[in-house]
Amino acid sequence: MAGGMASASNSAGIYKGRAGLLILPSWLVIGFFLLLPVCMMLIYSFLTKEFRGGVIWEFSLAAYDQFFFNRGLFGDEPPKIEWTYITIFWRSLWQAGLATAFCLVIGFPTAWFIATRVPRHRTVWLLLITIPYWVNLLIRTVSMKFLIRDTGPLNEFLLWLGMIGEPIHLINTNLAVQLGLFYSYLPFMVLPIYASAERYNFALSEAAADLYAGRWTILRLIILPAVKPGIIAGSILVFVPSLGAFLAPDLLGGAKTFMIGSLIEEQFKGNAGNWPFGAAVSMILLSIVMTVLIFYARNQTRREAL
Amino acid sequence: MSKVADMRRFPGFLQLTLLCLLVLYAPLMVVMAYSFNDNTSITIWGGFSLRWYEDVFFGVEAPKFKQAALNSLTIAVMAATCATVIAVSSAVAMMRARRLRGRTASFALINLPLMVPEIVTAVASLIFFSAIGFTTGYATILVAHIVFCIPFAYLPIAARMQSIEDTYEQAAMDLYATPAQAFRLVLLPLMMPGIFSGFLLAFIISLDDFLITNFVKGAGIETLPTAIFGSVKQGIKPNIMAISTLLLLVSVGFVTLSYLASRMGQNKTKT
Repeated sequence: MAGGMASASNSAGIYKGRAGLLILPSWLVIGFFLLLPVCMMLIYSFLTKEFRGGVIWEFSLAAYDQFFFNRGLFGDEPPKIEWTYITIFWRSLWQAGLATAFCLVIGFPTAWFIATRVPRHRTVWLLLITIPYWVNLLIRTVSMKFLIRDTGPLNEFLLWLGMIGEPIHLINTNLAVQLGLFYSYLPFMVLPIYASAERYNFALSEAAADLYAGRWTILRLIILPAVKPGIIAGSILVFVPSLGAFLAPDLLGGAKTFMIGSLIEEQFKGNAGNWPFGAAVSMILLSIVMTVLIFYARNQTRREAL
Repeated sequence: MSKVADMRRFPGFLQLTLLCLLVLYAPLMVVMAYSFNDNTSITIWGGFSLRWYEDVFFGVEAPKFKQAALNSLTIAVMAATCATVIAVSSAVAMMRARRLRGRTASFALINLPLMVPEIVTAVASLIFFSAIGFTTGYATILVAHIVFCIPFAYLPIAARMQSIEDTYEQAAMDLYATPAQAFRLVLLPLMMPGIFSGFLLAFIISLDDFLITNFVKGAGIETLPTAIFGSVKQGIKPNIMAISTLLLLVSVGFVTLSYLASRMGQNKTKT
């Protein structure tokens, strides 16, 4: 062992030759129980379905074909574009995008407000934002469902105020799902933006003000670009889980608000029981998410290079 | 600073922050309040009562929920422990080794459970376990939980290690400590606040999980979230609100704990 002065500049010597061994458990566990399963899922998406779950080991493109094309009830008609699943994907992308936008609109001012408090107050505000993030997501979604029911406290409160004449019907609508997604992932937007905003150098905006920039000009041209990394990170943290969300669409939505998560779940736990199709839909979802993440990573490295 | 340019104050930002908190807390507060409702109907307020808490602990469904809570707890403790051990070992390799082949790949791999959408992980795990003929049940839930807990345990530990210079271990080695001693007696105690936060985070994440558990649990075994989900599917009952309130308090307790731990960690490095 090279102790003493030889490696005085670096303690790496302590772990020399052991690093591979130390990293091995991660590789074994995640490799064997996540990477390998994802590869198997890819294979399964090209197999033939067994009725009521499972697969027959026979190559088939049926799952992807079912996703994109409609060949009629008996599969002998000329293929037409199948809109059902594309619509579900489109709706999911739209809902996730909208949730991201709403979270940003509320999350940025919140993060900025917290970041500009005195340090002692910051911790309190931050703790208030973090607590809901630690509360079980299922419980939060159920709470939201309880709150916005037709005969729920929200409607009763608004009726009592006289703001509405009759209960607003929210449950089972796209709006309810939207509210659920927004509510589920809002802390994910606030925290990264806060992390960026906390490091903001106020000399920048003071300089801009000395040059007669107005408050909103400073916000738009100086503050927003400065906290952009936080905004992008927050947007990804909201968008990606929203896209594959299951609880909010399932508990707050109905048949008309079906999203990707429910579509996949139905293939395995529900009545559809079509494993290759479920695997294929999962692969398509995974491809979209990975594309977003790769774009993000490339942007990050470019930013660091600058 | 001139009055015009006080960028610390924007009109309406305080209001939006309060709105943010209202959205985050209103549903939880309402459920908390209604869990004390002395009425079988969830809509009508019938006065204060603890009857639903009594129902949770001694009612008809009590054994079911108790078993589910026990499963959740044991799985969370074991999954968080395993994930933390793996995360510590990986963090040491990633942060201390001068040369580590495939460092970028390892980093991506550790974070993979965060990048793959939950539903996709759930599907992949179910397919995998069924393909290798693993009977779904307690063991499959545990394995799946360990996997997705690793990055959550890793992040606080790695963050903590970043601020620990290797001079301490080096000093120990100069004083003829063996590498094992340098790790156990010097590095490990310094890493403790990070390890503690990592463990807590992994524990909460495991306790929180519904989707993956629901896919890999098989018939006949429930964790608290799957039991609650099954019950909610038939309508929200007051006992669910009582359970939710209890779980909520557990979560708040954990946040406080981790907050205090991080403060203690900060104080330690200062002195």
